[in-house]
Amino acid sequence: MSDRRNLFNKVWDLHAIENLPSGQTQLFIGLQMLHEVTSPQAFEMLRDRNLKVMFPERTLATVDHIVPTQSVLRPFQDGLAEQMMSAIETNCKEFGITLFDLKDQRQGVVHVVGPEIGATQPGMTIVCGDSHTSTHGAFGAIALGIGTSQVAHVLATQTLALAKPRVRKVIVNGKMKPGVFAKDVTLYIIRKLGVQGGVGYAYEYAGEVFDNMSMEERMTVCNMSIEGGARCGYINPDQTTVDYIQGREQAPKGEEFDRAAKWWLSLASGPDAEFDDVVEYDAADIEPTVTWGINPGQSVGVNENLPQLADYSKDDQVGIQEAFDYMGLEAGQAIKGLNIDVAFIGSCTNGRISDLRQAAEIAKGRHVAENVKALVVPGSQQVLKQAVEEGLDKIFEAAGFEWRGAGCSMCLAMNPDKLVGNQISASSSNRNFKGRQGSPTGRTLLMSPAMVAAAAINGYVSDVREMLEPATV
Amino acid sequence: MSEITSVTGTGVPLLLDDIDTDRIIPARYLRCVTFDGLGENAFEDDRQQDPNHPFDNPVYRQGTVLVSGRNFGCGSSREHAPQALIRWGVKAVIAESFAEIFYGNCTSLGVPAVCASRADLEKLSNAIKADPNLEIRVDLEQCQVTYESESVPVTINESARNALMTGQYDFLAQLLDRKDKIQTRASEIPYMNQFAN
Repeated sequence: MSDRRNLFNKVWDLHAIENLPSGQTQLFIGLQMLHEVTSPQAFEMLRDRNLKVMFPERTLATVDHIVPTQSVLRPFQDGLAEQMMSAIETNCKEFGITLFDLKDQRQGVVHVVGPEIGATQPGMTIVCGDSHTSTHGAFGAIALGIGTSQVAHVLATQTLALAKPRVRKVIVNGKMKPGVFAKDVTLYIIRKLGVQGGVGYAYEYAGEVFDNMSMEERMTVCNMSIEGGARCGYINPDQTTVDYIQGREQAPKGEEFDRAAKWWLSLASGPDAEFDDVVEYDAADIEPTVTWGINPGQSVGVNENLPQLADYSKDDQVGIQEAFDYMGLEAGQAIKGLNIDVAFIGSCTNGRISDLRQAAEIAKGRHVAENVKALVVPGSQQVLKQAVEEGLDKIFEAAGFEWRGAGCSMCLAMNPDKLVGNQISASSSNRNFKGRQGSPTGRTLLMSPAMVAAAAINGYVSDVREMLEPATV
Repeated sequence: MSEITSVTGTGVPLLLDDIDTDRIIPARYLRCVTFDGLGENAFEDDRQQDPNHPFDNPVYRQGTVLVSGRNFGCGSSREHAPQALIRWGVKAVIAESFAEIFYGNCTSLGVPAVCASRADLEKLSNAIKADPNLEIRVDLEQCQVTYESESVPVTINESARNALMTGQYDFLAQLLDRKDKIQTRASEIPYMNQFAN
């Protein structure tokens, strides 16, 4: 009889140890990733209870959130950042955990690094004290963001107490139009299902659109699952997945790789797999998308106007008006043509090599508009190295973009890169929350890296399709 | 851990939707290696921009029961958010709904997060505004919130309720109890075993 379980349930069952008195499941965790923001208190909890790390070899650490992108000379100018950096160095040394520090060429944003070194693999349970851990679901893993107390639980026991979510299959069929990218697909899904539409669910992304995506594009989609309220998102492993992993530092080698690949492919949801819910969209309906509000569900196609208050229920109107007021925008106005002050290309959503290539294609031979500050921040040192080899840094610099070192940078501005006052930023990152980019009144418009590059060049929100080479349109 | 069957205190009305973790504690206050002191910066930016923010209003300063709207705590997994609320003085949150990671973080820190209908939240919020000294009781045993002569039903995830009421909301001890089973399960997982099984 065929296995009607979907991938999520197969992987869950494999890792379930037993039911706890609370009704939750104790789940084995295959890989925990750490960074400097959410781990120091967890290590302190271990010390308080005199506990060790149970599987240090299933744990890896990097530094990303507070890393300056201009000078990484120690000690950092920011004393608090220096304290956090020292803490993760001391903690990893004391507890026997591999740390990709600033001198290590593998350093970078945790969700860029894990896949890049081959640590992220299908069928794993993966956690990190960071909500964008959902990124790793692109490989067909159950990948969850957790809180600091849970980080301590996993360090001490390599397990977590978890309630099992339901699984919603999100199907997107058809062909994506030229100039439409993975970021537009995920913003479209969040707009349709809402920022709390995914609460209680894991999302399985399926259909032609995801089948045809590269691993980088799949990571962008899964990364933003959390913005739609889903606990995690994943895509079934296929040959694209297997090919991406092969040859990477921590990937299985030789015959072991062949055995691994066979197992990975066997995990995929079969044609008659069962789901708790199914929704379906058509790729032809997806346009280059821009957020206008203060959560990632508040977006429009670049050629659409902002909604009217009357489009919303009475309960929702308060929040919508709050978003208009904060953003300084009006109901019904066009988003296209809105002036920007800052352009940010980077983050765990869109700081990978393919993102930089797409942005560089727009930047090539053009120049950033006067009065726009434009930053390109590679997601990792590996991405940076690859981009330099391809000459992308030169393209960006010639176009007037600042070329920076690897880190989270202006996605959440825990380092010196910040918006000032009520600047408007075109950003390839994942959150447009109030104050997200470091200024309490700063305003963020989320869009694809190519759209950010287009906005940087023109100085206002633009339709990237008007700047693509005719041959690609 | 102490058993939590109810929380009684005065309220703080913040009936807005989609309050995200960056608003609860802006990212720049995450530059720390302990959670101490985070309470002072709870809703820091909102407070500066809204002179009427309830967290800045002295009449609510003793409040321990936070009343909010839909999708409270969306965004980051940062435990700094509930830690900041706890250090400000919050002991329970009543909202229309919660984001999941935030909800889990609250539970593991012993903060009941319960859901009520919009209509009941509006009534409760108005009652608090009318009388900031109003005593509110969040009762996990009966799954209800009582104030004045009112009693409204609330819902809470059964495992969270169970964990709070039995004092087993810090799961670490339970997880540590099963060390042998953890090792056994680990040995059965293909990637822990060179994909041999």
